Amino acid sequence: MSAGSSVASPTEPTPLWEVFVRSKRGLSHNHVGSLHAPDADMALRNARDVYTRRQEGVSIWVVPAADIVASSPDEKDSFFDPAADKVYRHPTFYDIPAEVQHL
Amino acid sequence: MTAELEAGFAATIEADLRVEPRDWMPEAYRKTLIRQIAQHAHSEIIGMQPEGNWITRAPSLRRKAILMAKVQDEAGHGLYLYSAAETLGVSREELLDLLHAGKQRYSSIFNYPTPTWADMGAIGWLVDGAAIVNQVPLTRCSYGPYARAMTRICKEESFHQRQGFEILLHLSAGTPDQHAMAQDAVDRWWWPSLMMFGPPDDESPNSAQSMAWKIKRHSNDDLRQKFVDMSVPQAAILGLTLPDPDLQWNESRDHYDFGVIDWTEFNEVLRGNGPCNRARIEHRRTAHAEGEWVREAAAAYADKQRSRAQGSAA
Repeated sequence: MSAGSSVASPTEPTPLWEVFVRSKRGLSHNHVGSLHAPDADMALRNARDVYTRRQEGVSIWVVPAADIVASSPDEKDSFFDPAADKVYRHPTFYDIPAEVQHL
Repeated sequence: MTAELEAGFAATIEADLRVEPRDWMPEAYRKTLIRQIAQHAHSEIIGMQPEGNWITRAPSLRRKAILMAKVQDEAGHGLYLYSAAETLGVSREELLDLLHAGKQRYSSIFNYPTPTWADMGAIGWLVDGAAIVNQVPLTRCSYGPYARAMTRICKEESFHQRQGFEILLHLSAGTPDQHAMAQDAVDRWWWPSLMMFGPPDDESPNSAQSMAWKIKRHSNDDLRQKFVDMSVPQAAILGLTLPDPDLQWNESRDHYDFGVIDWTEFNEVLRGNGPCNRARIEHRRTAHAEGEWVREAAAAYADKQRSRAQGSAA
C-alpha cells in the first residue's frame, strides 16, 4: 500500500481495527487479533492477508478498536462477583437419586 | 442467477453445513425461521409469567433464589433468540409489536395457570423437560445463529429441569397433603406437556418442509415418544403416577404406548381460549407500556452523556 494514497492524514496514527474470523460455517466469529488500516475496506483486505493466509476462515468481521467497550480488569472482582454465590444456577447443585436417567 | 443461488443453498443444506446470515437463502426459508425463532423467543418471555407468579411466595429463601435465577434465565433465553431472529432482517420492535397484536404466537403451554407451589416442580420437570427434548436437536439446526443460541440455552436449561424434579421429589416424600399437591400438579401438566411437541405428524403441514431444510431434525411424534419414554421411569422414582390409563410398555415396539391426546383442547388453547391467554398477553402489553419511561430515560441519559463527552472534548 503506497503512503501517498492513504486516507488518514500522515500526522495522525492509522486507526486500529479488531479482527474476528469465522473458521467455518456453524461457528461464531472469534477474535484473532488486530491491525491498522485507514478505512474499513482496507481493514477487511488487510485482515484477509494477515489472518487467513492459510484458509483459516470463511468470513471476517473488522471493528474499529475505538468502538469496543471493554470491562475494566481492575474491577474484575466486583464486576463478576454477583455470580459467585449463585451455585444453584448449576445443575450439579441439585440432589437427584442416582438411578434417575436422562435428567 | 437465482437458479445458481438456489443450487448453492441446496448444496449447503445437503452437505449438512450451516447457513449464515449473509448467505443467500430462499425467502420461504427466511420467513419460516423468523416465525419459528420469534415464536420461540416470545415463549421464553411469556414463560416468565406463570413462574414469576410464585417468586414472592416461594416456600424458602433457597427456593426463592432458585426460582428467581430460573425466571432470569428465561429472560436471557428470550434475548438470545430475539438476537438470532434479528440476523434475518427483522427488528426487535417489530417482533414485540407482532406478539402484542396477537399476530405471532408463543407456546400454548404458558396459557395454563399455576395455582399451587407444586406447579413450579411440574413445570420444571415436565415443561422444561419437554422443551429440552425439543431443543436439543435444534442445536444442529441448519441456521447457524439459531443453532448457536440453542446450544447456549440447552446448557442452561438443565438446571431448570433438575430443580423442578427436586421440588416434586421433596413434596412427594412429604406430608400426605404435599404428596397430593405434587400429584395434582403432574395430573394437570402431563397432557399439555405432550401437546408441546405439536400436532401429530400426519396433521403437521409445515413439518416436511422444515425437515427438508434441516431446521427440524425429528418429527413431532418421534420427539413426543422420546419424552414419554424418558418420563415414565422418572415418575416412578418420584413416587407419582402419570394420568394416562393406557400408558404401558410395549415390548414389540420397544417404547411406551400412551393414550390419545385431546387435540380439541390444544386447538382451543391455540385459538386463544385457554385459561390464561388473555391474562398473559394483557400482562405483557402492560409491562411493555409501563416500561416506556425506562426506555425513554435510558435514551435521554445516553444523549446527555454523549453531549457531555463532546463538550469536554471541545
